[in-house]
Amino acid sequence: MNHHEEGVVLRAERITKRYLGVKALDGVSFDLRRGEIHALLGENGAGKSTLIKAISGSVQQDEGTIVINGRELGALTPTSAAAHGVGTVFQEMSLVGALSIAENIYLAHEQRRAGLLDKNRMLAGAKEALARIGVDLDPRTKVAGLSRAQKQLVEIARVLHRKSDILILDEPTASLSLAETRRLFEIITNLRERGIGIIYISHRLAEIKELADRVTVLRDGQKIGTIDAAGVTDDKLVEMMSGRTLEKLYPRIDARPGKVRLRVSGLSGPLLKDVSFEVAAGEIVGLAGLVGSGKSEIGRACFGLEPVDGGTVEIDGKVLSKPSPKRAMAQGMIYYPADRHAEGLVTTATLRENITLPSIAAGTTSRFGIVNRRAGTALTSEVIKALAVKPADPGRSILGFSGGNQQKALLARSFAKSFPVHVFDEPTVGIDIGAKTDVYAYMNKLCEQGAAVVLISSDTEEILGMSHRIYAVREGRVVADLRGDELNEENVVRAFFGSRDASVTSGSVHRDQSA
Amino acid sequence: MTSPLDLDERSSKPEDGPVLGKQTDAAASGPSRLVSALLRVGLLPVLLIAGVVIFASIEPRFLTPLNGTNIGRQLSFLLIITMAQMLVLVIAEIDMSVGSTIALTSVVSSTVMVKTGGDGAKPVLFGVLAGLAVGLAIGLINGVIVARFRVPSFIVTIGSGAVAFGLALILSSGSPITGLPKTFTTALGNSSIGTVPLSLVIALVVFGLLYLLLNWTTAGRYFYAVGGGENAARLVGVPVFRSKVLAFVLCSTLTSLAGILLTARVSSGEPNLGGQYVILSIAAAVLGGTSFFGGEGRLSMVAIGALFLVVLSNGMNLIRVSSYTQQVVLGVLLVSAVVIDRLRRRTTR
Repeated sequence: MNHHEEGVVLRAERITKRYLGVKALDGVSFDLRRGEIHALLGENGAGKSTLIKAISGSVQQDEGTIVINGRELGALTPTSAAAHGVGTVFQEMSLVGALSIAENIYLAHEQRRAGLLDKNRMLAGAKEALARIGVDLDPRTKVAGLSRAQKQLVEIARVLHRKSDILILDEPTASLSLAETRRLFEIITNLRERGIGIIYISHRLAEIKELADRVTVLRDGQKIGTIDAAGVTDDKLVEMMSGRTLEKLYPRIDARPGKVRLRVSGLSGPLLKDVSFEVAAGEIVGLAGLVGSGKSEIGRACFGLEPVDGGTVEIDGKVLSKPSPKRAMAQGMIYYPADRHAEGLVTTATLRENITLPSIAAGTTSRFGIVNRRAGTALTSEVIKALAVKPADPGRSILGFSGGNQQKALLARSFAKSFPVHVFDEPTVGIDIGAKTDVYAYMNKLCEQGAAVVLISSDTEEILGMSHRIYAVREGRVVADLRGDELNEENVVRAFFGSRDASVTSGSVHRDQSA
Repeated sequence: MTSPLDLDERSSKPEDGPVLGKQTDAAASGPSRLVSALLRVGLLPVLLIAGVVIFASIEPRFLTPLNGTNIGRQLSFLLIITMAQMLVLVIAEIDMSVGSTIALTSVVSSTVMVKTGGDGAKPVLFGVLAGLAVGLAIGLINGVIVARFRVPSFIVTIGSGAVAFGLALILSSGSPITGLPKTFTTALGNSSIGTVPLSLVIALVVFGLLYLLLNWTTAGRYFYAVGGGENAARLVGVPVFRSKVLAFVLCSTLTSLAGILLTARVSSGEPNLGGQYVILSIAAAVLGGTSFFGGEGRLSMVAIGALFLVVLSNGMNLIRVSSYTQQVVLGVLLVSAVVIDRLRRRTTR
């Protein structure tokens, strides 16, 4: 009953996939045309990754079929998907660091002559594959030494080298700088011109509006709709994704700044140059900057996680000498790291263990080295209730929770005792809108209770939506102090790129007071 | 007398020597200058040369042709087992069962030879095939369990090693099996080509074949890929299961080959043969720059690692260092090698 529609290169029909009885995908259909960029949008857990995994063959759907170039193929394996021209650039990099670029490009597709590897031919082929997307790298370089952006480009080169006419990009810009993102967009639009069909997954609405021809929105494993990207508004997309509108996403409260609780003066280190700023009780202050600008390092240095060779950190007027996490917490500062898995959580433990560990360490649910289990249980229920952790199952392994709920478990460390200063580092990366609103509500609550809140974020919308004041950071320096009317996207972005002339002429950007 | 001078000259320009690991771009800075220089040049060639110089100056017998043959023979066993161990280390696994594999191989091949009877090629052929079959079986079991159930090879191979050792004791009732065919003990155990022992020739042939395998075939490339990033390798279609099983099978089968050569050397089937080769093979491979974390390792450096340990133990025997002390030295070397591996990874990231 499906006619071979003109230009459609791939069609997924009524795909259903269950995990442990829960439907991750529920009868989702999707089609991709030759030479189009088709964005796939949805909150975490909406089913985007399951859908692309089915299309790339790394999971097999329970129901439904995949049709490529008019051939009905049913469920795919990684090998059969690749054979039919599906190339996937996964979020978790699928390159082997110990091998060279050329070896990775040809991995599992090695060229042989007389049974032995034909290294010269592969080297030449790899060079060509890199040149085709305009990447200037020596194919003999070990992949381990490349930047994330370079790795991504190598993956794209590999996928295209294998004659893929369907390219799947899973959040390709998540960790790229702006310049690298521009470069990637150029490459992607170029590929579109050449007739390649591209499935593009991203959380960033601006990217989708800029790149995509069509957008398909998923929510809770179901398809909400496919619309043309031309002229679509953020409001419309957010509404489709979440059923709520954009203003409700950032529930900013009024600032009632009191006495200064955190004062950083002249902080310097390998990545920081003479950083000074202050945050008062009852305000949320943003540290904004591009990825790699040093904004995260500022928070980390205050908490003793980055080396410092000068400057002071004061909490409630008391100098924090030789910052270390233990000393910082004792004096009243708490830092929530950006990398939940590497630094935020004990990934082998349960929700309860993760919630109680900080307070056991702080001595609130332990005494003389003995853990007070009853206090721990009480604390756990308190956190689950206060932060709306779902599901409310303290015994479940932390990895069994969505990213948003893992983030909430991470925030539980603030319950160990009352902290006057809270530093949030990229608190909403990779979590869905529902959990985001819960995190924002918690930040607001802390602020209302008189804490000083620092928000470090690469998400300009978020930092403008939540902060009362913003310090812009570039190359390890605080380059602008924005407040009041100056809080708009133009000023922030201008500070990111450091056109000093512009900031002088506009007259709206203060130079850092210490400069 | 030319060889020590040669080595001496080379030590004056260590930057030309082989490297312990890959080149680091990190510039030498501050107090870590010496450390980073060592990391670049590699500690191993320096240690090897130092060892040779020290032993030669203390004990003149160290540099005699007879001792050379001795070293060659000892090297042949360790070299084969170390290269075998390296294959498994490259796929980010470990084989703790090599010692017991040698023991069971020795007992089984000896039993088969004695049962077959006679003194010609027939019992030897049967014995050798039976011995290799032991390795094949152990490797298959290790590999399939590790790859299929994704359990740590450390535990699996300790377990399979205990089983193999137990079987060797049961089959031999705990005592040596004597009366092996003369052809076996003389031809495999004692003959040499010129001054080069036959067993070393065999080890060098194995070296050549493995060099080809690791550097010029897809199977070898997959070992590095699986060890360097198993999931990444699987996603692009590398046959991960098959690669792991192959690495374990090659490891155990080669270990059995060494076990057969050792059996010929001691002229009897010994259930207590080979125990020391677990730590020796791991130490030699890691000293030779094979990463304990998988994905990295160069066969030529591994061979130098084995040579170093053999020279060390031979030299210490000659200058009468007690075997107790030698244990201490070996342990310190092993741990230092792993620490250096870790440091090197940190500086190259």
